Amino acid sequence: MSRAPQDTPGTWKSYLGLFAILAVSAFPVYWMFVIATSNDDAVMKSPPSVIPGDQLMVNLREVFTLQDVYFTASLINSLIVALAVTASTLFFCSLAGFAFAKLRFKGNNVLMFVVILTLTVPNQLGVVALYILMGKLGWNGQLIAVIAPGLVSAFGVFYMRQFIGHAIPDELVEAARIDGALTLRIYWTVVVPAIRPALAVLGLLTFVATWNDFQWPLITLNGTDFPTSMVALSDLASGNYVVYRRVLAGAFVATVPLIVLLLIGGRQLVRGIMEGALK
Amino acid sequence: MSLTDVRVVRTEEPKHAPPNRAKFWLYRFDTKTVPYLLIAPFFVLFAIFGLFPIIFNGVVALRHWRLDDPTLTGWAGMENFTKLASDTDFWDALVNTFGIFILSTVPQLLIALMLANLLNRKLRGATFWRIGVLLPYVTPVAASTLVFAVFFSRDYGLANWMLSLVGFGEEQPLDWRADTWSSWIAIATMVNWKWIGYNALLYLSAMQAIPKDVYEAAAVDGAGPWRQLWRITVPMIQPVVLFTVILSTIGGLQLFNEPMLFDENPALANGGYDHQWRTIAQLIYKVGWRDLNLGYAAAMSWALFLIILIVAAINALATRRLGGGK
Repeated sequence: MSRAPQDTPGTWKSYLGLFAILAVSAFPVYWMFVIATSNDDAVMKSPPSVIPGDQLMVNLREVFTLQDVYFTASLINSLIVALAVTASTLFFCSLAGFAFAKLRFKGNNVLMFVVILTLTVPNQLGVVALYILMGKLGWNGQLIAVIAPGLVSAFGVFYMRQFIGHAIPDELVEAARIDGALTLRIYWTVVVPAIRPALAVLGLLTFVATWNDFQWPLITLNGTDFPTSMVALSDLASGNYVVYRRVLAGAFVATVPLIVLLLIGGRQLVRGIMEGALK
Repeated sequence: MSLTDVRVVRTEEPKHAPPNRAKFWLYRFDTKTVPYLLIAPFFVLFAIFGLFPIIFNGVVALRHWRLDDPTLTGWAGMENFTKLASDTDFWDALVNTFGIFILSTVPQLLIALMLANLLNRKLRGATFWRIGVLLPYVTPVAASTLVFAVFFSRDYGLANWMLSLVGFGEEQPLDWRADTWSSWIAIATMVNWKWIGYNALLYLSAMQAIPKDVYEAAAVDGAGPWRQLWRITVPMIQPVVLFTVILSTIGGLQLFNEPMLFDENPALANGGYDHQWRTIAQLIYKVGWRDLNLGYAAAMSWALFLIILIVAAINALATRRLGGGK
């Protein structure tokens, strides 16, 4: 009598399979670190070296002092952009999600349907027009051009509406209203404390996506002194003579914050992705 | 009469006085208008930075719009689109995009399914494994692609070294970037690597919602684990499979980062010396910001949009048939 997979204990084969996949997942990141800590010889060796060297500080110093890459500034810029976008997404999407989940107003369902429709619009395909728009606003080449398109997300509104709908009983909102609380007060004192887990999930997803975004920052910040770290990385990798230990030292530095986030918020991230799929 | 007397009189008013006019209007404002104020930021910001560019893209596609020649303005009519029809660069890029798309999507979703099936067991350290498979997802594409660029280099790359272990290409190491098929495989490997874990979690969440007695019924019929996977699990998670197929279609046909950074000189957006791996998204970048012809780039992005819609629809239909066929 066989059981449902959920009840079947993993065999040594399942663990071996999982371990293999995990090893393949981790290897490029590990190898990034190996090259980042090595000298030039290590990159041009057969068999290639797989043990970290002791040149990390040397390579990092080179990356951070390169004249036309602005690597330090780019990391700060990435942080500013990712934090601004995350904060704004959390605020506006939780406000809208609250309204859609708990407030009665004309057009609620129709407008929510519009939000869901906008989920399917691939933003990337408007890049040419977005570039022209940013040009008219005089924003190209500035961080605001990277931040503005990310300030809200349809997914965020949708996710918040789902979560608030389940997490907060209607009676609680009604009770607060009878006590004389206005809508914004209910948002702040009833909703926000109850949706902290959802804010953490959406915050993680948004931060990761924003930090890793490459195409739009490349277009709008091209050739300026204000790249994000992803653009700075592609600058590092451009040119006729590319120093790989330097490129991967930079790549490693730009990856570390996300690995730290994964270590801290991995559980929430997993939950967020799994919850996002079901609806 | 002192002031205190006045205060005493006031407190003796009935506690539940009818709301005064100001309060009434405040209440009305709070219930009628505030909901719209709460959702307004989303719609306003989305209209400006999301919807408007897409519509305006259509206008730009019908006009002359060159960054290097601002005097060349006015309607181009269908000129940009007719040019597209005979532009071999565009059709070559389309073939590349589809080639890489198939090489990355099919293995990606199949392996994700297997991985999800493993994760769906009763495991020790289940959370650890789930978090572990997300490492590629959080790693920036710009960083991991640069690693893979070294990994797939001709002379000292790990990929060639591994191939040499099994006795392949010992005299003549494989130049991954030189040939069409090898560059496609290299790029598809990067895409697969990044998205397998993410998709596996999507599948896992659906798998865990399957009622257990369905499996018990199948076990009575003598279905082994493999048959269970294909005859029960996959049909029952079909909506999520459909979701991932559409997501990967949209993502795969817009592929930009990997082919850009696989190039030895990313800034040129060449996609190899013979453009053998240049994708549509890369070509749009090249036409728009290297050739400075924004009108033509906009036309290309509209064409790509239509292609995505068609392919997504075909894939959706196919997936539905596959799932409903048995």
